[in-house]
Amino acid sequence: MRYLRLLVMQVRASLLLAMQYRSDFLLDGFIEVFWMATALVPLYVVFRLRTTVGGWSFGEALMVMGWFTFLQGVLEGAINPSLVTVVEHIRKGTLDFVLIKPADAQFLVSTARFAPWQFVNVFTSIGVFAWGFHLLGRGPTPGALAEAAAAMLVAVVVLYSIWILTVSAAFYVVRIDNLSQLFNAVFDAARWPVSVFRRALQWVFTFVVPLAVMTTIPAEALLGRLPAAHLAGAAAGGVVAFGVARLVWKASIARYTSAGG
Amino acid sequence: MSLRGTVRAFPTLLRVGLSEAVAYRAEMLVWVLATTMPLVMLAIWTSVAQGAPIGRYDSPAFVAYFLATFVVRQLTGSWAFYSMNFELRDGTLAMRLLRPVHPLWAYAAESIASMPMRALVSVPVAVLALVFAGARAMTHDPVLWAMWVVSVLGGWLLTLFVNFAVGSVAFYVESSIKLMDAWLVFYFILSGYLVPVDLFPPAIRAVVDWLPFRYQIGLPVELMTGAHGRVEGLLMLARQWVWVGVALAAASVLWRGGVKRFEAYGG
Repeated sequence: MRYLRLLVMQVRASLLLAMQYRSDFLLDGFIEVFWMATALVPLYVVFRLRTTVGGWSFGEALMVMGWFTFLQGVLEGAINPSLVTVVEHIRKGTLDFVLIKPADAQFLVSTARFAPWQFVNVFTSIGVFAWGFHLLGRGPTPGALAEAAAAMLVAVVVLYSIWILTVSAAFYVVRIDNLSQLFNAVFDAARWPVSVFRRALQWVFTFVVPLAVMTTIPAEALLGRLPAAHLAGAAAGGVVAFGVARLVWKASIARYTSAGG
Repeated sequence: MSLRGTVRAFPTLLRVGLSEAVAYRAEMLVWVLATTMPLVMLAIWTSVAQGAPIGRYDSPAFVAYFLATFVVRQLTGSWAFYSMNFELRDGTLAMRLLRPVHPLWAYAAESIASMPMRALVSVPVAVLALVFAGARAMTHDPVLWAMWVVSVLGGWLLTLFVNFAVGSVAFYVESSIKLMDAWLVFYFILSGYLVPVDLFPPAIRAVVDWLPFRYQIGLPVELMTGAHGRVEGLLMLARQWVWVGVALAAASVLWRGGVKRFEAYGG
């Protein structure tokens, strides 16, 4: 309950900050939608030449794209801004001020900053879903929607766990802003259903960098063709990832020696 | 800022740039690794082409194309707009203006100096391309390879001048990073970076021929993989260098107007 109040407060602070830069909002939103084109054009060209790729039709592949856009919104809106803040704290040694606060440090750093404007992506993703379902000539069933929501929750948890691991790395190496660049580069592959890739890559994208969990599984859920066992497996994976991230965070924070240490 | 002074200072600038590149080698490596987009596209296109070739591309041809794209991007890359935006905002550009070498030369030297490090990554990739895709997918014409060298130089200059122009816009507005973002979107889509230009519908291809983006990266890749004959290649090279000229003109106009407005930090 106390943490919920804290969360509301942190969100409000970010919101107030964001309201000061309203013109940025328009530009940001515009550029975000624009960036979508870099994802959609290759998809469009590929499907102009082939009706199915890796067992996915254009309409179905749009579901993957929709979830990718959605997650991008979550990543840029709720995860990356905090990351930048923590890394600054660690480098300057001001993380002390966070640590002495009477609340869980992981919670505080995770909710430090939000970029509300990035949630434009969430609306864009709804548009992409609508387009996809229009091409498929049907809508999602209520059961599929519920399953997709569950799968997306798992995806967000996995994404967050990877983020905590990245932040933990910042205690050991000084500069990690390009580590997040690297993550973004790999994350780009999540625009495509994993079955498009070859066997070895599929394995990597499922178990090492779980891109499959992030976009392909929620998309399959939305299409109503996700085996229950896969969802359960993904959920178990999500729990493990979260647990590992928490342990690594604890170990890293114990090593933190403040500035000049 | 005499030309002679610049020419004499250039080797030193290159040495400084090179030691900077070596000092931040880990960072550089991450930057190189972060340009994996061609490799993702490679994986996708080869699996799409597995059944039957698409246009003139079968699987090995796609491997050659996208590995070439990766190499050319490494050889023509420049992020000068980023340094310019940064230095303009915190005022450190003033330090550069004090030196008797034009800042644009200094940025160019930094870009050249990072080449050996980039080559260290991209040359093995080029060798891999030859081994896996076979020499078949690459052109054998020495004239085309000579044109390739010119086209890489042109692509690099074009990218650099666009960077200068966009970077100089930051003299007039708060930050021109968003502008570069918009440029990059077009660059990614229309340069052949994600999709070979000849797979676009003819109407779009006709437009792409006249836009600058293809000449930043697509042309060298196409020359390397033998997409053009000699005459066609020369015509495209001519267009590329026209764009290089246009970008240089834009950059110098924007820079000259901008530097007069520059008041360093707190101005």
